[in-house]
Amino acid sequence: MTRKRRRLYIVLAGMVTLGVATALMLSAFRSDLVFFYGPTALIKDHIPPGRRVRIGGLVAMHSIVRDGDHVTFVVTDKRTSVKVTYHGLLPDLFRQGQGVVVEGALRPDGVFAARQVLAKHDARYMPPDVVAALKKAGEWQPQQVPK
Amino acid sequence: MIPEIGQFALVLAFVITLVQGTLPVIGAARNDAAWMAVARPAALMQLFFVAAAFLALTWSFVVSDFSVLTVAENSSIARPLLYKITGVWGNHEGSMMLWVLILAVYGGAVAIFGGHLPAALRARVLSVQAWIATGFLLFILVASNPFVRIFPAPLNGNGLNPLLQDPGLATHPPALYMGYVGFSMAFSFAIAALIEGRVDPAWARWVRPWVLVAWCFLTLGIALGSHWSYYVLGWGGWWFWDPVENASFMPWLAGTALLHSAIVVERREALKSWTILLAILTFSLSLIGTFLVRSGVLTSVHAFAVDPKQGTFILVLLVIAIGGSLGLYALRAPSLKLGGLFAPISREGSLVLNNLLLVTACGTILLGTLYPLLLASVTGQMVSVGPPYFDAVFVPIMVPLIALMAVGPMLAWKRGDLAGALARLKAAFAAAALIALVTWHYLTNGSWLSVLGMALAAWLIVGSLVELVERLRLFRGSLRQSWARARHLPRSVYGMVVAHAGLGVVVLGIAAALTWHSAVLRDMRPGQSAKVGPYEFTLRGVQEVPGPNYTARQGVFIVTKDGRYVTTMKPEVRHYSIPPMSVSRVALRPSLVADLYAAIGSPDGSGGYAVRLYRKPLISWIWLGALIMVLGGGLSLSDRRLRIGAPARKSAAYPAPSAIAKGA
Repeated sequence: MTRKRRRLYIVLAGMVTLGVATALMLSAFRSDLVFFYGPTALIKDHIPPGRRVRIGGLVAMHSIVRDGDHVTFVVTDKRTSVKVTYHGLLPDLFRQGQGVVVEGALRPDGVFAARQVLAKHDARYMPPDVVAALKKAGEWQPQQVPK
Repeated sequence: MIPEIGQFALVLAFVITLVQGTLPVIGAARNDAAWMAVARPAALMQLFFVAAAFLALTWSFVVSDFSVLTVAENSSIARPLLYKITGVWGNHEGSMMLWVLILAVYGGAVAIFGGHLPAALRARVLSVQAWIATGFLLFILVASNPFVRIFPAPLNGNGLNPLLQDPGLATHPPALYMGYVGFSMAFSFAIAALIEGRVDPAWARWVRPWVLVAWCFLTLGIALGSHWSYYVLGWGGWWFWDPVENASFMPWLAGTALLHSAIVVERREALKSWTILLAILTFSLSLIGTFLVRSGVLTSVHAFAVDPKQGTFILVLLVIAIGGSLGLYALRAPSLKLGGLFAPISREGSLVLNNLLLVTACGTILLGTLYPLLLASVTGQMVSVGPPYFDAVFVPIMVPLIALMAVGPMLAWKRGDLAGALARLKAAFAAAALIALVTWHYLTNGSWLSVLGMALAAWLIVGSLVELVERLRLFRGSLRQSWARARHLPRSVYGMVVAHAGLGVVVLGIAAALTWHSAVLRDMRPGQSAKVGPYEFTLRGVQEVPGPNYTARQGVFIVTKDGRYVTTMKPEVRHYSIPPMSVSRVALRPSLVADLYAAIGSPDGSGGYAVRLYRKPLISWIWLGALIMVLGGGLSLSDRRLRIGAPARKSAAYPAPSAIAKGA
């Protein structure tokens, strides 16, 4: 067992580990990356139905319809609106007029089927992704933050 | 007045770090004892002034001095005293104060307990500590001053994010920071060794206790944070692969690797430059974690709103610290002498593999955490890398690591006997196979991963115990002989066995909670019942309950099992007015067998309420296991080898500066 031999073994083991890790990461990246769109981009970029994405925007006023634990609402960036349907419990701070991020996929009929609804717990708080989506649509007005 | 004293103390501390960062290290290079002797009193004075500033800030919070901007923005009069105090670090400015306070505590600890260190090494270590402190104190004074006044002072403050109004917050950030910042000691020792140009077993023995302390606190801090998200966020999850969780988990993985590679340096004088690199990387990851959490680039409950100037400042600090230390490493590492030889199958070999797997796992998490930031800044495309990625990548790397953890300690140094080690692990094989069969039989909603997880847990727990039995020669000699061996066995061996078994307990908890949990998510009206596993939850009613600075909507559940009363659970949603927020507070009945968990949500408008009810078997073993790991770390820390016997440094005199220059 020489020093060179030892280094060779360590380098080999390192390369095998790295190779396996890279393979794992690449395959995970291919299937598990979730892209984020605002409603406008979702329609404009022709996101195919069935692909898992996140959309963010405001919950449109008077759009929430509850039926037991089934609920539909509209996510809007004030330019484009997307109807969302969701089966399950909504976060406490889910309200009309508030920012929301929804994960799920478009159905062929253009309705967005949500698997998860993420709303932040702070009433003042707007997720940065939503801000970016609103800005992109030219509908962003900085909120008044009490100082 | 008090805030001004705090401000003044901060400036004094900053000036002291300038002295502490220059004189001792120059003195060490010139072999000037008087200059080196500056380090200890300077470190203690730095600690004194930083502590004074911290107390001044705490005082401002306690008396609700709203003329201080930080207090006005993050506290309010009606808040209970405990949360006024924890509110000190529940905001950006205060948390940075806690950061430098802990940094100063570690520096002071070296000054007090470092009596056995050679004067030159101690001087250099304390100087490097002072460089870090200089950077962060400058940051606080320039970009994040907690003592800024406002005029006129408001009558009441904005209040703390109610999510943070929780006993968990009193302990989680300090423990986490004790861990994060504790790795600065390993960093300072590594930089001092690079400047000095020598790394030897004595160095490893000196640095190990600091790594152990930091590791224990970080383990504790992560466990507390995970438990906090379990019972506060109301979703019943305990780990979300949230970027902020990752930020604390990455230094933990690197620190665990460091803990193990330092053993190789201490025992076999091998892996020296790798260990130095790990020490630098671990602290760099702590800094990156601080940057990620405090710069506001992430969306998270931890990300306080901060202005971009602060983020840029931390980023510059980060680049200087990481770039500078890696540069120094590139310059000096080749001069470190290579250490002892070993065969691939040996204790050293297994520790190398441990390091490879831990660092790889850490790298995959780093990539997953930073990728959305990189992509957003390069292409503007927003993307989220969620739990599926981390599960898919992290688990396959951990499986061989855990399998190896039982085998490694059985191998001898230099050249091990794999067949012999495996033969001695028969009992662990048997336990793993048995558990796998039992799990398979009772599998309800898990997959083959559940079987694998349970088997690995049994393998690791029993394997660790076998190691202890082997060391004590239990069942092979007389009990008295074993007892004599037990008393003479180094504490670090007990520490290793306990910590490894603790991880086994964590894995067991994870696998069991994933495999056998039952969940009911639905709308319930008062009077209705739901079946969760063998338990029947009946919603008695929903009432309004006043709290000290909130009003709560409280659901009352009567829980029965086979018609017999078990417990009453009262989950709440608390509505705060300052700031206007709602926070759900779950009802939890923890036990070692299974946790019962109830959360109540918003009314559905027709008399019903959204509820979440869970039964999670063995989930508390996750945190129990983490505590066992911390206990193992503590046992190892109490090993007498770490306290005495360290002066066994080879008698070669310190190389003169000219010799270092030649060696480099």
